[in-house]
Amino acid sequence: MSTLVTDQKTEATRWTGKNVPRKEDERLVKGQGRFADDIRRHNEAHVYLLRSPYGHARIRSIDVTAANNSPGVICTLTGEEVAVLQKPFMEIAPPPGGLMEDYCLAVGKVHFMGEPVVAILAETEELARDAADLVDIEYDPLPAVVDGEAALQSDAPLVHEEAGTNVVWHGVYDWGDIQGAVSRADKVVKIDRLHFHRFTSTPIECNAAVVEYYPGSGEYTFWCNNTMPQFAAMFMGPALGIPTDRLHFVTQDIGGSFGNKITTYVYLTICAILAKKSGRPVKWTEYRTDHILGGSHGNERTFRNIVVPVMADGTILGISATAIDDAGAFPRYEPLGSVIWSQVVPNVYRFRDVKIDFTQVVTNKCPVGPNRGYSRLQHMWMVERIVDIVAHELHLDPIEVRKKNYIQPEQMPYETPNGCVYDSGDYPRCLDLALELIDYPKWRERQIMALGSGKIIGIGIGSTLDSGTNNFGQARIINPQLPFSGNGEVSNVKLDLYGEVVVTIGTTPQGQGHETTAAQVVSDILGIDPDHVRVLIGHDNARNVYTGFSGTYASQFAVTGLGAVQGAAEKLRREIVQLAAGVLQADESEIELRDGSAFVRGQEQRTIPFIGLANIVFANNATMPAGLDVSLNCTYTYRPPFSVPDVERKFGNLTLTYATQIHACVLEVDAQTGHTTILDYAAVDDSGRLIHPQIVEGQVHGAAGLGIGGALYEALEYDEEGQLLTSNFYSYKAVTAVDVPMMKTAAIESPSPFSPNGAKGMGEGGGAPLHAICSALQDVMRQTSGAIITDSFNPSERVYWLMQDTTKGREGVSVEERA
Amino acid sequence: MSNIPSQKRSISVTVNGTTYYRDVAARTLLVHFLRENLNLTGTHFGCDTGHCGSCTVIANGKLIKSCMMLAIQADGFTIETVEGLANPDGSLSPIQQAFSDNHALQCGFCTPGIMLASKYLLQHNPQPTEEEIRRGIKGNLCRCTGYVNIVRAIQGLAAETVQKGDLVK
Ligand code: FES
Ligand code: FES
Repeated sequence: MSTLVTDQKTEATRWTGKNVPRKEDERLVKGQGRFADDIRRHNEAHVYLLRSPYGHARIRSIDVTAANNSPGVICTLTGEEVAVLQKPFMEIAPPPGGLMEDYCLAVGKVHFMGEPVVAILAETEELARDAADLVDIEYDPLPAVVDGEAALQSDAPLVHEEAGTNVVWHGVYDWGDIQGAVSRADKVVKIDRLHFHRFTSTPIECNAAVVEYYPGSGEYTFWCNNTMPQFAAMFMGPALGIPTDRLHFVTQDIGGSFGNKITTYVYLTICAILAKKSGRPVKWTEYRTDHILGGSHGNERTFRNIVVPVMADGTILGISATAIDDAGAFPRYEPLGSVIWSQVVPNVYRFRDVKIDFTQVVTNKCPVGPNRGYSRLQHMWMVERIVDIVAHELHLDPIEVRKKNYIQPEQMPYETPNGCVYDSGDYPRCLDLALELIDYPKWRERQIMALGSGKIIGIGIGSTLDSGTNNFGQARIINPQLPFSGNGEVSNVKLDLYGEVVVTIGTTPQGQGHETTAAQVVSDILGIDPDHVRVLIGHDNARNVYTGFSGTYASQFAVTGLGAVQGAAEKLRREIVQLAAGVLQADESEIELRDGSAFVRGQEQRTIPFIGLANIVFANNATMPAGLDVSLNCTYTYRPPFSVPDVERKFGNLTLTYATQIHACVLEVDAQTGHTTILDYAAVDDSGRLIHPQIVEGQVHGAAGLGIGGALYEALEYDEEGQLLTSNFYSYKAVTAVDVPMMKTAAIESPSPFSPNGAKGMGEGGGAPLHAICSALQDVMRQTSGAIITDSFNPSERVYWLMQDTTKGREGVSVEERA
Repeated sequence: MSNIPSQKRSISVTVNGTTYYRDVAARTLLVHFLRENLNLTGTHFGCDTGHCGSCTVIANGKLIKSCMMLAIQADGFTIETVEGLANPDGSLSPIQQAFSDNHALQCGFCTPGIMLASKYLLQHNPQPTEEEIRRGIKGNLCRCTGYVNIVRAIQGLAAETVQKGDLVK
């Protein structure tokens, strides 16, 4: 099925599948990494962004005279100038979302607290900041809309008057026959409202860039930490009115992204305009507060009118619901989230009848962007809540209900109601392993023993998929005009002048160890130690190969990136073998590669090292064996086997691989305070064939850590005027070492039949901790008030309140018995 | 003494064994002094409230967040940064090796600060319990690792300290 032809199986892999030392580590533990803020250019100037203190306000006037005269100031930039120098950024949505105008600085009004309003460029960052104090801006505050449902009211303030509505996108997804399922059901469980809250993975390295403009070529260079540069270029080229090939992106070490650094093109555009205007290299490093105020947040989603037809034994037949997704003030990467959730419509379950009425709206809050588990975790959280609530309402064991409804391993590959093909997996086994890791029977006993002690123990499960390698054709379900489909990554593997093996890829790793895993793959194919494979760091569209999909996002490197590396290394191997056979006067089938040399099998003295082969091609080519045409410089583009989805039916395979993550959580709630402590935690994952088990486990830990943070500590909360109340690490309680347990992990390997190496993309996780913690809290409520966990964020106050309230906590949930 | 924040003052600071004499604006934070003036960019800057710990260094034997201190306050100080961790021959010190062996770093942005916090912890408590380790690095945020392998690396170092004597001097 794959377009990759694996013609040459090297002897059983020596490097792939092993925990080889990470190539990245040495420089990073020595403090020698090169992060965006570490880049310096001669004569650089510094940007400070003055941001909106209001959630929604008209800008009456801006006076930058005093700022311009302030010591060290080179120039300033306001929305008025930007409206002339920049065309509004392209929108992915058709109208009405497509009508929303987005500029790099606020034009006419501010749409969210933290929106940049004036940029100041000065000799130092401090002087720029000093000058910002002298900018005089008059605002007329406007009523703000800060809730997705409120944004749909007919009298709601409009975030974008030009669109005439707060709706970015609306569509109805309808697969199977939900009405039929309701009539077939023994019971119908109804849930009025579930709410998935807004939080962010906020990487420890904020956004940063140094931007230089070369008038001679019209080219801009961005030394930056954007993680999807060609996506940025697609927005920036037209906005700046220049060909996108004049935008040269360079990324090196990146201090985490989790998707949050995809939409930084807005800030890069400010820097580009300033670089051209000033003729100086422009350096911008974001403050944490600015990052949380104006970076990118995770999507908040409210589910209403959830109807779940079920059989008396807990078999779930389907789901219908209305989803309202709050995108914040500008769509940017959106409305892609309005379709991306449908990669995992039934999550890990067998139900076939689904109807989701999906609306995405804008509000006066920070724009959202991809955030670890992007758009799928909200949906899978709803499904997991439904499973627990069904179990709770029908007095069934939630673990049994899960097992009863899981897609079974013998059903793989499994086509979901909307045409996605789950490639492989064994969910019941993953669940059993997770239960084993926590010693489930022991905790059930302890739970009973704890009754009346003031501590209530809850046990919960989160079952999720980490869908990886997008079919970008799904964007057409949002907007049929978009010229996107498929996916792919490209790699170049070559012998350099002195026989060095050098690899480039279009990706932008942020801790996932691409240099290491790429080297492992190349090492096995070329018979060379990974220490002798040089993988150039990061994306550089002037130096390295890339595709429009290049970047690091959406759990795909193990498939697309390594698929490309494998293809390129195999091409190079063929060339090396041809050349060596010619030089050593042997048959190609007799050549083997070992330790950086080619040998004639069984004849150790008939050999030539890579440096000798490189010499022939690059510096001594009159000695090239006759009739050979080799470059030792091989590029391969991996293209996953996708077709364009059926836009009308919203049907098709939307991702190539579906890794599994099943988590089990044991927690204890203090009855007096509602304080939650995690007592035991297990994460079982199935990411197909593992290239580097330790790196995969590290990703599992990381996703779990952020998920635990999201479930218990981290929330981006706005007041009704659109003031963000949690805009820095004082108030946004990022999870610390004392908040997460020593989690237990296990992995099984169900190789993907569709990927070139059996691996599945992974790393995002499916938000399993949010599901598992809510599930465990539901188990706590079962023993106390019977309240229903309807929110993804459960700090102590909420848990406490829910334990007290035996009536209100159950509001909105009902079971209808059918005849 | 001048009160003008942009006015320069002369200071001397010893960092990783080298003494630097510099004129620095009174308001310059130590983290920026290290990064910009001394080009020691291994010390990172990750927040504006003193919470993330990516700027952590050891100053006069104390674990500090270098964003919470002015460079001029460090006049006469002896400071250790991540660049001073490796052995004199450039090979990795036990702490660096333990972080790498245990995959206690992913993006590596928090790592310099967390290694210094770990070193300080082990210097003062060579046999910490898991809880003491977690409390010891509580001032350092890591968004990549869920802290699991960081705790493991420190536990491994503590165990090795028993066998091999003082590993974190
Ligand atoms: S930069 Fe010093 S604590 Fe964050
Ligand atoms: S390794 Fe990335 S923040 Fe810690």
